[in-house]
Amino acid sequence: MTGLEWLISGLLVVGALFVLLGSVALLKLPDFYTRLHGPTKATTVGLGSLVFASLLYFNLHQQSLSLNQLLIALFLFISAPVTAHMLIKVALHYRLKAFINTQGQDKVSQD
Amino acid sequence: MFSLILIGVMSMIALALLLNLLSLLRGPELVDRLLALDTMYINSIALLLVYGIYVSTQLYFEAALLIAMLGFVSTVAVCKFMLRGDIIE
Repeated sequence: MTGLEWLISGLLVVGALFVLLGSVALLKLPDFYTRLHGPTKATTVGLGSLVFASLLYFNLHQQSLSLNQLLIALFLFISAPVTAHMLIKVALHYRLKAFINTQGQDKVSQD
Repeated sequence: MFSLILIGVMSMIALALLLNLLSLLRGPELVDRLLALDTMYINSIALLLVYGIYVSTQLYFEAALLIAMLGFVSTVAVCKFMLRGDIIE
């Protein structure tokens, strides 16, 4: 293995670890408001690392210019916050129960 | 060695997909299931990216882009429906 392959492997392993961490957070955290943190932050960082590894592999290792992965990353980085905003609006609309230790409950209007 | 690492990375993402399926089946509210489904879309995009490196072809990126767009649009559509009772007013 060359140095470039080691670099790509490191990026891939870090990305897969972050993706797995996001899914574990989705499964383990106690209520919806904390559960939303995992997929919207950890999974996005993991996917960014995977896209960067893929970009390095196809542009440097295969010696061919391709920017398709950048399009995927751009679209996901735009769409992930919008999705999280819509989901939290739905959760506040339905007034989901929060875990007792979740912070910032006093900022939500209790009318 | 490189393909072995790729197989390990793919199995980690597949394990993440299985955990998402578990939380999709468990989720007490409908919003939890929607969040788990959205995470499953993103994880399947990651799996397609790594598989594209494994077979070293560019064919799968269009599929990943399609999954990204359709996942985003469907999640926002279901959110609008749950917020307003209608998608296009």
